[in-house]
Amino acid sequence: MNLRRVAAYFPAYARGYVRNPLGLFFALIFPVILILIFGAVFSNSGSSEVPLAVQDLDHNSAASVAFLQALNGTNAVSVSMVSPTAGNLSAYLSSHDLSAGLVIPAGFSADLANHTPVRLLVFTNPSSGSEAGIVEGAVQGVANGENLRLAGGSAVVTPVYLNVGSTTYTYIDYLVPGLIGLSVLVSPMFSMVNVSSTWKRDKLFRQLSLTPLSRAEWLTATILWYILLAFLSTILMLAIGRFLFGAHVSLTLLTLPFIVVGPILFVSLGLLAGTVSSSPESAGVLGNIITFPMMFLSGTFFPVSLFPSWLVPVAHVLPLYYVIDGLSNAMLFNSPSAVYTDLIVVLVLAVAFFVFATRAFSWRED
Amino acid sequence: MTATIEVTNLVKSYGALRAVDGVSCEVRAGEVFSFLGPNGAGKTTTVEILEGLRRRTGGEVRVLGLDPWSQIDRLRTRIGVIPQDFHFFPKLTPREAVRLYARLFAVKADVDELLARVELLDKADDHYDTLSGGQHQKVGVALALVNDPELCFLDEPTTGLDPRARRSLWEVIRRLRREGRTVFLTTHYLDEAQQLSDRISIINQGRIIATGSPDEIIARYGRPERLKIVGDPSLADRLASLGYRVERLNDGVEVELLSKADALRILESTAASGLGWTGFSTRTDTLEDVFIQMVGRLEDGSLPTGTASGAKP
Repeated sequence: MNLRRVAAYFPAYARGYVRNPLGLFFALIFPVILILIFGAVFSNSGSSEVPLAVQDLDHNSAASVAFLQALNGTNAVSVSMVSPTAGNLSAYLSSHDLSAGLVIPAGFSADLANHTPVRLLVFTNPSSGSEAGIVEGAVQGVANGENLRLAGGSAVVTPVYLNVGSTTYTYIDYLVPGLIGLSVLVSPMFSMVNVSSTWKRDKLFRQLSLTPLSRAEWLTATILWYILLAFLSTILMLAIGRFLFGAHVSLTLLTLPFIVVGPILFVSLGLLAGTVSSSPESAGVLGNIITFPMMFLSGTFFPVSLFPSWLVPVAHVLPLYYVIDGLSNAMLFNSPSAVYTDLIVVLVLAVAFFVFATRAFSWRED
Repeated sequence: MTATIEVTNLVKSYGALRAVDGVSCEVRAGEVFSFLGPNGAGKTTTVEILEGLRRRTGGEVRVLGLDPWSQIDRLRTRIGVIPQDFHFFPKLTPREAVRLYARLFAVKADVDELLARVELLDKADDHYDTLSGGQHQKVGVALALVNDPELCFLDEPTTGLDPRARRSLWEVIRRLRREGRTVFLTTHYLDEAQQLSDRISIINQGRIIATGSPDEIIARYGRPERLKIVGDPSLADRLASLGYRVERLNDGVEVELLSKADALRILESTAASGLGWTGFSTRTDTLEDVFIQMVGRLEDGSLPTGTASGAKP
């Protein structure tokens, strides 16, 4: 092993890679697109406020303004005003694709002052049950407070809301390690299956064997390139996850071994798949058979804990599961003991595939 | 003269098939030596064994005094190879390719000078996959020369090239010889072998059937020089009756010459015959004629392979 030759070959491989847009797409852009889509679709549900359209027929009287401020203050709903001249609110809601509305009747302020009973009209859509419940609870709570104040009483029992555990984890917290795992898998697998089969066909390995570069040096330089890509992807996912979606993930020291060993594992696996295939076409098929189940069943997009119980053992035989589980343990829970188990599994698999791949893969012909 | 390559009784078998079947040859320092043969004759298999890319089944091989399979690490830095169907990384430029090789071989290479001598300087910064077939081969030549090799292997370097690109590559090969390098060339183009080589081995079905300089091979295996007379076809009968070996043609006759003086006597007899004739020319066999005759005679069994292979001058 001559590191000078590794250093000489590395930029040549990197150039060839960077100049092929498809490779860079899978390595860096694809995971970014995924985190933006999945982050945007799933991180809003349950955590943010339900929009509530309010038609104030009492024309911003002191009492109606105070009531709406109290509603906004619950942080359960966000109030948006609809003009009193807009007509029937129910029709307005359906034409504007809104699911919750509130009508404050004319004379609201005067009726409160006279202790005349008031009816607030609340519109909800039963098909979005959780939102309906949130709206009803919020309006009911504010109305109760108002009733109590008007009755001249003060609150005796006040609940205090606390979370279980130190942090609440949201979907994005699981998505970031999942997508880092995905890019550790996808870009080496797709590239190496392609490289090992088309380079064999085009006799590029024969060409390299005419130089002093050894197979081990070639493989080292190649793996180093995918480790670099994995790092870049990790930084991207962390930055987008934290700053765009407020994820609670951080780059702990125990994250690093997975970003180094993961690419070794999947470069070797891709090389092996391409080497044992007779043509680039069959290599592509074999590569997809290996890659796609791992892409979806290793906890990439959803935590394995949400899988139906019969699917969990399947996840447990996929190498990527241990990479993602380890990354989650390292980045999210920072629990070293759980990380070590995952790391040992990944390390053993990486060494095994590396040895198989270098055995099967030859530059010269007998 | 010292031998650069010595091959004795080389055999390469794939199962029952003997792709190379007892080849022996010797390449001398500083010469251009060619393997000439049809496709599938065993040229590439032999060359790849000499380059250390393939393991032999039997026989002895010494290239620059080394065993090319087991001592490839020492051999690699002293030889330059342009393999058959040379390919390179599609997204690298010729300049980057040469730099990469220089760094891998740990040699200082004048990149511009190397690219200039294969006439690629104007394409130095274009991606390999945008270059033509002839330019691809030139990248191959430039890469083979990065380590300043004393021995160059070129395996069918001009196959698939247009005539202009072929001639341009021939110039490069002639220059290699002028620089004192030994060149081992394989080709199935006879004119190429005849133009470039000091010595040739004709190989067919894994065996060498003739070895020597192009002139020696023609002299030994070709037919005698012939005189062609354009004119009355009945000239053939007249000349045959005088004891000459003739061949009838539609527009005249072709007569084998045993000596130069025969030509004068034949022309005198022709003039004396009173039969009409309009012109004459002489013709010697080219390497191509010899090659086609030899391969044909091998196939119909009239030329045993064993006798012809002893044709060293």
